[in-house]
Amino acid sequence: MISGKLKILEHALLSMGRRKQKNFAIIAVYTLTVATLASILFLTQSLRTEARNVLLDAPDLVVQRLAAGRHDLIPNHYAEKIGQLPGVGNVTPRIWGYYYDSLKKVNFTLMGIGPKERDLQLFSGELPKTAKQCALGNGIAKAYGVELGDSLVLVDSQNRTLLYEITGLFDHQSNLLTNDLILLTEPELRRFFNLPADRATDLAVQVYNQREIATLAKKIKYELPDTRPVGKTEILHTYDTVFNWRSGIMLTVFVSALIAFCILAWDKATGISAEEKREIGILKAIGWDTTDVLMLKFWEGLAVSLSSFLLGSSIAYLHIYFYGASVLTPVIQGWSVLFPEFQLTPAIDLYQIFVLAILTIVPYIACTVIPSWKSAITDPDSVMRS
Amino acid sequence: MAALIQTEALCKIYNRQRPDEVQALSEIDFTIEQGEVAVLKGPSGSGKTSLLSLIGGMTRPTSGSILLSGNDIAKLPERFLAGIRRKSFGFIFQQFNLLRDLSVRDNILLPLYPTELKTAEMQKRAGEILESLDLASKQKMKVRQLSGGEQQRAAIARALINRPQIIIADEPSAHLDSKLTEELLAILTRLKTEGKTIIIATHDPSIYQHELIDRSYLMHDGSLVEAEQL
Repeated sequence: MISGKLKILEHALLSMGRRKQKNFAIIAVYTLTVATLASILFLTQSLRTEARNVLLDAPDLVVQRLAAGRHDLIPNHYAEKIGQLPGVGNVTPRIWGYYYDSLKKVNFTLMGIGPKERDLQLFSGELPKTAKQCALGNGIAKAYGVELGDSLVLVDSQNRTLLYEITGLFDHQSNLLTNDLILLTEPELRRFFNLPADRATDLAVQVYNQREIATLAKKIKYELPDTRPVGKTEILHTYDTVFNWRSGIMLTVFVSALIAFCILAWDKATGISAEEKREIGILKAIGWDTTDVLMLKFWEGLAVSLSSFLLGSSIAYLHIYFYGASVLTPVIQGWSVLFPEFQLTPAIDLYQIFVLAILTIVPYIACTVIPSWKSAITDPDSVMRS
Repeated sequence: MAALIQTEALCKIYNRQRPDEVQALSEIDFTIEQGEVAVLKGPSGSGKTSLLSLIGGMTRPTSGSILLSGNDIAKLPERFLAGIRRKSFGFIFQQFNLLRDLSVRDNILLPLYPTELKTAEMQKRAGEILESLDLASKQKMKVRQLSGGEQQRAAIARALINRPQIIIADEPSAHLDSKLTEELLAILTRLKTEGKTIIIATHDPSIYQHELIDRSYLMHDGSLVEAEQL
């Protein structure tokens, strides 16, 4: 039984070879459709994974101060008050801010590193130790064309041009958040932004029991009404929502394209040519039954759709992970105009691949088999009269 | 001797109960025994092809029965009919009905794809038949590159690859000149000596008057008007 089916597969491949141009054209269009869909899925998944990877080491709670509804500097003594709440571990004041380079037209994040944060992960090289040293994300290094040991020129809040020696670079695994990051020592950063010594940008709060994060956030808000505590899960949720929304829009557009292609394929297939009808009649006359003919058409459909799926997925993989998603990045990332380009780390969800395979292979096979079924169930008698 | 094929009161109406209804066959009683060669004569439209289609299990009769080795195949489901077509019959069509873009060898192998036969055995059989019909040198050529006589031989090879008991040939000399018709007759004579049962529909005298014919039926307007055992 199995050998019979495999021999029909052999004939299907042989048979497809007779219509090389037609099949090549279908595979090319279908591959392009699959590549687009797969690119959207790969890119969204990678961005989400990037966010999750980085946030694994992020503080459980970040406490900001609001003044007139806007983010303001937070007094350092708030850290002591929060630290006294039961269930709270370390509370670390953080110093950071944005830096816009009008020449490159990109926005960077500058962060101060204190003596307590010297165990920062995902890092290669050395963290800055002196006021004249800095560490960079990959995107910035690329944007300026600098390497370890080179110098970086920045203009501070007093409009003074300063030179920093690059002592370290972040690796690819934390691209999403470190890509645009410049690390300076904390005193240097305070001086750079002209920040008062008793204030910080926000507070990083460690919570012993992860289930108590939401409760502690409420307590902090109660104790310090002018603050806004933000949980790690909320940040993750925001990333997911943003990427899902963007990829959702893209998927809607391209699923529409896929449906249009299926309708076209269906239209073409239902208009099964007289030659193909004749062939089905001949096969039936010489002893093929309806199942054999449908099996032949199934293999033909599978060969085209599976080739397109594999090719399209491979192209999408190359596009996203080797060519930096150059076609889709502006749409999915949205805010990327303010970010330097960065290399995504491969992250593939097998469930998504499975769904993509089902969505691309099954409709095409149906488009191939169903119209042939109409011809296959008719008597081969007509062949005798052709 | 018991009849290999016997039809009883066989009727076929196409497009039944529609304005274009056609009575193709009416009350046909046809018999052929194992190893015989029968010829169906008659003008175009007399019902020869319809009778061959019914006997070969390509369509179903409107009424009547078709007994193959004593078993009525007229009402069998399609999948059984396909099996019978594959195992018991070899068809030689008037228009050859080969797949023009496939090679001769691939065309010949077509009836064997749905079988359980191993590929090596399939290739062996194809090689033997190609040799016996003098097509070995043409086996890799596409069918469209063959002459009419070669296409006819390729069609015969395809009909024989399943080693069927019965050969059905519909106007086999329609596209052949007299020399090629002689070649065809020589092949049919050889098949007869090998014990094959052959049913030929033709209005070519060089065939129906040939000495290999054992039975002759004359058809007219869907009826058998004359049956003769030679």
